[in-house]
Amino acid sequence: MSDTHSNTVAYVRDTMLPEAAPPPTEVGVVGWTRKNLFSGWFNSIVTIICLLLIYYVLAGILPWIFQSVWTADSLTECREIMQATWGESHGHACWGVIRERWPQLLFGFYPTEYYWRPILAMALLLVSLAPILFADRVPSKFLYVTLAYPFIMPWLMWGGTIWNPIMAAMGFVLAGLIINYASDVIGSLGSMIAAVAAAILWWLFLTTPVADVFASILPLAMETVESRQFGGFMLSILIGVVAIGCSLPIGIVLALGRQSDLLIVKSICVGFIEFIRGVPLITLLFVASTLLNIFLPPGTNFDIILRVIIMVTLFASAYMAEVIRGGLAALPKGQYEGADSLGLDYWQAQRLIIMPQALKISIPGIVSTFIGVFKDTVLVSIIGLLDPLGLANAIRADSAWTGIYWELFAFIGAMFFIFCFSMSRYSMYLERKLQTDHR
Amino acid sequence: MSEATQEAISDRPIDLSKMQISDEVAIQITDMNKWFGTFHVLRDINLTVYRGERIVVCGPSGSGKSTLIRCINRLEEHQAGQIIVDGTELTSDLKNIDKIRREVGMVFQHFNLFPHLTILENCTLAPIWVRKVPRKEAEETAMHFLEKVKIPEQANKFPGQLSGGQQQRVAIARSLCMKPRIMLFDEPTSALDPEMIKEVLDTMIELAEEGMTMICVTHEMGFAQAVANRVIFMDAGQIVEQNEPREFFTNPKSDRTKLFLSQILGH
Repeated sequence: MSDTHSNTVAYVRDTMLPEAAPPPTEVGVVGWTRKNLFSGWFNSIVTIICLLLIYYVLAGILPWIFQSVWTADSLTECREIMQATWGESHGHACWGVIRERWPQLLFGFYPTEYYWRPILAMALLLVSLAPILFADRVPSKFLYVTLAYPFIMPWLMWGGTIWNPIMAAMGFVLAGLIINYASDVIGSLGSMIAAVAAAILWWLFLTTPVADVFASILPLAMETVESRQFGGFMLSILIGVVAIGCSLPIGIVLALGRQSDLLIVKSICVGFIEFIRGVPLITLLFVASTLLNIFLPPGTNFDIILRVIIMVTLFASAYMAEVIRGGLAALPKGQYEGADSLGLDYWQAQRLIIMPQALKISIPGIVSTFIGVFKDTVLVSIIGLLDPLGLANAIRADSAWTGIYWELFAFIGAMFFIFCFSMSRYSMYLERKLQTDHR
Repeated sequence: MSEATQEAISDRPIDLSKMQISDEVAIQITDMNKWFGTFHVLRDINLTVYRGERIVVCGPSGSGKSTLIRCINRLEEHQAGQIIVDGTELTSDLKNIDKIRREVGMVFQHFNLFPHLTILENCTLAPIWVRKVPRKEAEETAMHFLEKVKIPEQANKFPGQLSGGQQQRVAIARSLCMKPRIMLFDEPTSALDPEMIKEVLDTMIELAEEGMTMICVTHEMGFAQAVANRVIFMDAGQIVEQNEPREFFTNPKSDRTKLFLSQILGH
């Protein structure tokens, strides 16, 4: 362009200026610091005050964490070592308690020779979560592990005959077969009801006898571990994972039920959600631990961990339902109409159009609920289960460690932080991945 | 009449040779009434649509035009009277409703594309899940219709990446993928910028040329004059007047129609 004009228009420049780098004070570390930390005299003062504050806090905490005693068998021994090394008996952490008691903090009183069972269950958990969490990177064949996991995990943790989980799984197979083959005869709603009824009858009356018969023919069993031996982070993760895994589907059903036109379905869902949300979790846990026994026929042995898991799951489901209802409410009415106008039936529309979008909108709320449920599992210490906090109290009751607070709770806090922070980061990753609306 | 419409209609000759109206009844509405709460939105509607007809419904806002065509595929429920679509009566029977919705395509003012699916997935979803067409065949059909609306190159984008006019053409293609026998258009150009109206109207004209039975709620009077074989004027929930377009525009009978036409054509 400049060539053509240079003859006719004298004031048009015919060569470009050479590219020049911006002044060094505007780019890189120096530029960033100037722009963000020292952009005026007021900001500079605030920056310096903040730096001093951070230094003051870290100068207190870091020596406590790192100038610490790892090899000691009691608090007294810890203090002696501190006195000998730094000339003072406080201001340094005594991690000896973690070194000595970490198997207990992780597994409770689970028999040491069977530690491989919860570890294997944890490893399988990661394998079965992979195809759900990273659907685009993990081959879908791993989903078979995911499907089998709910039956393998209890067997690994509690032991007993392998026929129990297999027969429990058969209940689902039975329900699936009924839905598959009976829907032509009695309609889709009828076959659904029949399948649920058949599965419940199977679990209530037939699972145990049939499993016993198989067990007497082919006794495949592992040593049983009693529920009272469970504890530590193993217990927290067990309750947390089951509650998280079950509360999402139950929450979806409750949220849909709450929006239903069918009066009875709607009333049941609203009543359930409002009742559970109106009662503190601790109350529900007390019901699970004491009151439930009064209503059950005498002599029934209803596992305490199972009872607690059911209560925590119900509690989480009610909150989940409201979070998902928020997502449903945020969807424009046009999405329902678009799906309807194409002839999709209710369940197809929900599965293909409504839920993918509603769940995506609710991801932050869903993950918040997950994190809340996982942290709430420490409440089970109140009814005498030995979760990490319950164990911390037990450890402090030991004469060797009487008077130790910070180290135990710092360790437990750090472990919870790792789990909760990972969930939070994953939800942010998921939100970015699912962002397709280009707003 | 807006300039965009003029241009759209005069762009090329419209081939009306295939536009044949048969004696077969596509939609039969008798004494239909509807209320929203206590508001009587549709009063004693009687309408017979024959196969191959292109009907334009116009009228002031709030007159019940949209509600009328939304009753035809049961997005709205009517409380009295009878609607028979393709020989099936619309009752609360879900099977009939789904059957009719499969045969009746609908295009909305705000497109209602599914933002979490690509353009191609938007078009193949219903054929795969409702008509049980194999995925490959559904994708071929979808590409065929995307080519017809002239945006095959956008197939793998998401709706949010397209302009309004392109989204509306995708919405038309999505409906066509179900191979409907009747198409309903609910103000398809009202949410579009003027320069995008033309591309959508062109698509609708092509559809009319192929003999599709169409009912359009629209304010594009140029489109009505060029394509419709019947114009229906509604006011206050009633069908006030219906006539073939030339007669309707040059020789309106009722005072309300005259007032409406003077308002819409006057400027």
